[in-house]
Amino acid sequence: MNGAVEQRLTPDELPEVCRTLMAEGARLQMAYAWFPEPDTPEVIYLADRKRLEPFPLLRCRLPAGRRELPSLAAITPLLGWYEREIQDLCGIRFSGHPEPSPLVLHEGARPAMPPLDPRYQPEEMMPYRPQPWHLPAVEGDDVQQLPFGPVRADVLESAQILFYYVGEGILHCHPRLFFKHRGLEKQFEGLSPFMGVILAERISGVDSFAHALAFCQAIESTCPGTVPERAQYLRIALAELERLYNHLHYLGHLCHTTTLKVGEAQGKLLEEQCKQINGLFTGSRFLRGLLTPGGMRRDLNLDGLTKQLRVLEPQIVKYMAELEVTNSHLDRLLTTGPLPRQVAFDEGASGPIKRASGIQRDLRWSHPYAAYGSFNVDVPVRTEGDAHARAQIRMEEIRASLKLIYAVVDGMPKGPVWSEMQAEPGTEGLGWCESTRGSIYHCIHLDRQGRLARVKVKSPSFSNWRVFPFTVHDSNMMDYAINEASFGLTMAGCDR
Amino acid sequence: MPVWTLYGLKRGVATNPWPEGREETQAGVEGMPRFHPERCKQGCRICADVCLPGAIRIIENARGERLTLDYGKCVVCQMCTQFCPDGAMEKSQDWAFAVSKRADLIWDEALMSLPAQALTQKIHAAFGRSLHIRHVDAGSCNGCESELQALNNPYYNLHRLGIFFTPSPRFADLLLATGPVTYAMKEALLETYNAMPEPRWVMAMGTCAVSGGAVGGGYACGRGIEEFLPVDVYVPGCPPNPAAMIQALLLLLNRTQQRVKGGRLAD
Repeated sequence: MNGAVEQRLTPDELPEVCRTLMAEGARLQMAYAWFPEPDTPEVIYLADRKRLEPFPLLRCRLPAGRRELPSLAAITPLLGWYEREIQDLCGIRFSGHPEPSPLVLHEGARPAMPPLDPRYQPEEMMPYRPQPWHLPAVEGDDVQQLPFGPVRADVLESAQILFYYVGEGILHCHPRLFFKHRGLEKQFEGLSPFMGVILAERISGVDSFAHALAFCQAIESTCPGTVPERAQYLRIALAELERLYNHLHYLGHLCHTTTLKVGEAQGKLLEEQCKQINGLFTGSRFLRGLLTPGGMRRDLNLDGLTKQLRVLEPQIVKYMAELEVTNSHLDRLLTTGPLPRQVAFDEGASGPIKRASGIQRDLRWSHPYAAYGSFNVDVPVRTEGDAHARAQIRMEEIRASLKLIYAVVDGMPKGPVWSEMQAEPGTEGLGWCESTRGSIYHCIHLDRQGRLARVKVKSPSFSNWRVFPFTVHDSNMMDYAINEASFGLTMAGCDR
Repeated sequence: MPVWTLYGLKRGVATNPWPEGREETQAGVEGMPRFHPERCKQGCRICADVCLPGAIRIIENARGERLTLDYGKCVVCQMCTQFCPDGAMEKSQDWAFAVSKRADLIWDEALMSLPAQALTQKIHAAFGRSLHIRHVDAGSCNGCESELQALNNPYYNLHRLGIFFTPSPRFADLLLATGPVTYAMKEALLETYNAMPEPRWVMAMGTCAVSGGAVGGGYACGRGIEEFLPVDVYVPGCPPNPAAMIQALLLLLNRTQQRVKGGRLAD
């Protein structure tokens, strides 16, 4: 695949090569399986090592009849969830897995065969009879259990959080996710790449543009030719607009959890104003319907954009400055939900979460795509790793996004916004993008007719939901909502 | 330290009077494509080919080919407006598309169907002018949640209309569901409904909830709320914007009129 250096391995070689990669400072990003032939699935591991270096990519083809691999979760813990996902959706077991229970498909779901097996052609919803789920054993007379969700207070996405607690203290927090698993990766199968974009935009609504961009870039990587320069500029202006409204929402929602009412109102009003700017300039408040493989679906006139944002900017700057000197707000954020650097690294934290824990990584800067290579991308880093650091990273990114949008609009080249790029049948591609919440990777395999045979979506919320409980264990109930808000997670992206 | 009360007062009133104002609350936002049958040339199937959720279909019968259009399945992706060579599918700002009868979302040459007034009158009698909503996310992409959360921002300020979200289904009059209904959320959706006192109503928000939209079907998803619960108001859109949601909620309360008949906005 493009942007990657590949190694073909046998199952027995996997653990050793993985250890070597780790020793070189690389971090695994994801793993997934697909079926080049129905009998012989292939498992692919993607890692990243250093800035501007190609992504190490490991391939392991299983011989016919074999459906088992050694688990790498003990070497690199973040792979644990990917292996369980592969187990649920592709029917490949991982020997020696520390927690082999189902993850993506709930206990009691009974598809006729693993859903991503190419022979599985479901017409209807699979049979499902809810069953008790696998929980860690927690003992003690005073320990109580509190299941919260999947229908939670407020307008929130569905998820269940199980607390083991004593009084106000949380001993252990066990999220049960994937209530919203829609089987999206299966639904890509058989679509033309051109139509696949519409589905990619619906993986996570508030990350519509980022997912569509990663998807388009994966398709484009399989084609000869290049995306016109003007389209590349438009793409980063729009990607930054998406970051802007999301981060403002984040700040408003964080105020909601610290009960700073006027702060909440102001944050969400600024978010609304950004969404209206999106609507005005693109026709869609969520920046949908704009991308297509080869460029943009239509040209956009962003001439007035800078002027509108310049009106908003002083309000945003003032708002953020006020938040930073509000004691009642800061008291709830400082030292709340600390995430140590090592845990962030080992468990796969992504985006602002890892940057708040001292890991300087941002795909716009480390592996530039679209026109990011022509601009300075500030990558703010904090080392405190608490809720306040996570909020500060977002605030700095808001400033950086505004600066970037001004520069892009200012230097916007003229010319076409689309060039014909026909994906080669039988090829595969890798696309990546730094979304608001962290890194997105799309891996795409095309069949002999040029249709999508497999689309793997790595979303940042999948990574960050895995990390989040590490900051909740041994904390207290009063901080929970604040801590969760400080992560800025989505369910739809995680569950797909 | 800032005095937030003062800060808020200085900010002034941000609320928009919609629906008393007009559509300028959503300047530039694209809505459902408008169909102009007189411009449509027979024999071309481009619009149906580029329609992922199958909202546009070409049906063949003895008299030739006929185009059917179901706005309950439209995800507003604008592919048909982009690729129709004759301009028969035209971009519009028609996004206030809530209806109380599913059939009203199907484009109909003869304009036979009428809005179901009887139902809304009944609701009006039951609730007067206030409403409490329990939201359930049954597998959305979170676009709908983002717009629902926006309803409480100062710009839309839903409280001014006497409409509130409530955490407990016991206090709720309306179940507002999003998403196509995933296998894992089906149970929770039905339990929430069963926990609500009667009389109770159901609103399907977003094209996924109306018909499954672009993601319905497959091993994990149903095709909309209607498969599992009786629906009183359908709000297609991907996602419906907050102003469209206000229109839908007021429609339920009989405080505004349905705008859509036979798949078209009434003028």
